[in-house]
Amino acid sequence: MFFDDFSSFLYMGGHAQYVWLSYGLATVIVAINFISPVLTRKKIIKDIERQLRREQK
Amino acid sequence: MLMALLKRDLLLAFRSRGDLLNPLMFFMMVASLFPLAVSPDPQLLGLIAAGVIWVGALLATLLSLDLMFKSDYEDGSLEQMLLMPQPAMLMVLVKVLVHWLVAGLPLAFIAPLLGLMLGLPNGGFMPLVLSLLLATPILSLLGAIGAGLTVGLRKGGMLMPLLILPLYIPVLIFASSSVQAGVQGNDYLGHMAFLGAYLALTLVVAPVAAAAALRISLAR
Amino acid sequence: MWTRLKRLYHKMGSPKWFYEITTRWSKWFMAVGSILMLTGVVWGLAFAPADYLQGNSFRIIYIHVPASLLSQSAYIIMAVAGLVGLVWKMKMSFVVGKVIAPIGASLAILSLLTGAIWGKPTWGTWWVWDARLTSMLILLFLYFGVIAIYNAIENDEMANKAAAVLSIVGSINIPVIKYSVEWWNTLHQPATITLTKKPTMAPEMFIPLMLTILGFYCWFAVWVFARTRNEILFKERKTNWVKKLLLSEHKKTTGAQL
Repeated sequence: MFFDDFSSFLYMGGHAQYVWLSYGLATVIVAINFISPVLTRKKIIKDIERQLRREQK
Repeated sequence: MLMALLKRDLLLAFRSRGDLLNPLMFFMMVASLFPLAVSPDPQLLGLIAAGVIWVGALLATLLSLDLMFKSDYEDGSLEQMLLMPQPAMLMVLVKVLVHWLVAGLPLAFIAPLLGLMLGLPNGGFMPLVLSLLLATPILSLLGAIGAGLTVGLRKGGMLMPLLILPLYIPVLIFASSSVQAGVQGNDYLGHMAFLGAYLALTLVVAPVAAAAALRISLAR
Repeated sequence: MWTRLKRLYHKMGSPKWFYEITTRWSKWFMAVGSILMLTGVVWGLAFAPADYLQGNSFRIIYIHVPASLLSQSAYIIMAVAGLVGLVWKMKMSFVVGKVIAPIGASLAILSLLTGAIWGKPTWGTWWVWDARLTSMLILLFLYFGVIAIYNAIENDEMANKAAAVLSIVGSINIPVIKYSVEWWNTLHQPATITLTKKPTMAPEMFIPLMLTILGFYCWFAVWVFARTRNEILFKERKTNWVKKLLLSEHKKTTGAQL
């Protein structure tokens, strides 16, 4: 470990806001890129299933 | 047949006075906005004059790009032009030439007047006119691509500038810095060389891309 | 050799094959990518030594550089996909290109934001018209153009082709734009510390960077595959293979018939 303890790790030598803001943004954008297609997929499947059910009637 | 197209388009363009004057009037108005918005202080204006004039020229060109294909598209002649035996990219070149003569070249002639209004220092006038002469064809060529892609769209209005502006940025950078160089008494030949090279690249790429764009737009 | 290539070419054009193979590959890319990212981030945040000049804010590099590299590569891949679609008329190629645009744009935004945040302790202001940031901004504009085309044109075939033309033209201009911006920047900013100064990067700082770069690329593949599969599902919704696929999945998840 470069840092002596966890609190100095969080403190990042005074640059905490910059480092954690950047990593936070990265997490958000990465999460969006993972989650967005999952949500779209669910919607598409729901629409197709609805259509199939209608056809079966 | 291309000569006939050229003559016809030139005739049409010069008949429509609005098409000729609007870009010029817009150019003048936009340049005048800056002293109103920023400050009339001649020192300050002199600093930004080159950039303001060039941005104005860009915007004026963007607005005038409708001229290139729209009216021929609307009355069906554009489709006929694509059916000509000559390759479509030559047809595009003719249209680009007309657009440049009508909408681009005049900007180069009016620019010195705007330079005076904005307090452009003496050294800037020559590179200003030269850069406009050299770069307005580039703007028309790249504009043809954007115009070709959006000619059939109803809501195409804001889309076309969005597509072409990133491509205009190198022109803007080198053209306006050539003027700055002239103002500071430095050599601007290198800037013109870049613009010349970019013009050469665009002359090769743009007609092909614009022709492809037109075929895509008219394929419906 | 040629028959195998021809067969591959035909397979690649088949949405069903594409769907199946990307479903398989996704799992691998996800696993590898996650391991790389986890190792790289932990190493970079906690174990790598701080930079002599920049202190701990340099750790932003482990996000900023992968995002920048990836958003630039993604644009090229998108343009190549467009070219393949136009020349070889492969519809799947168009789909891949379409799907990359929003991903690439989000990475460009991440690059710009982390670049700006990194700039604050390094240069004192949030935004600087530094050559790299400015080029990345213009790349974002190029992405906007492609996205705008898909939004504006309803006809799928026309949108695909128009976007392909635009992304090809854009990619030809990228070197010109980069050169112009760097040249412009040297006029207005004397040599300042550039964000990705790698001349003397110790291996303990450099290796985690390689890990996060590779990790991001792997995750990029997962994102592209996921979105491509969605496009395929939607486009092929009326076919039998899709219906069968959904029915068996529905049974697996809910244990009931449709």
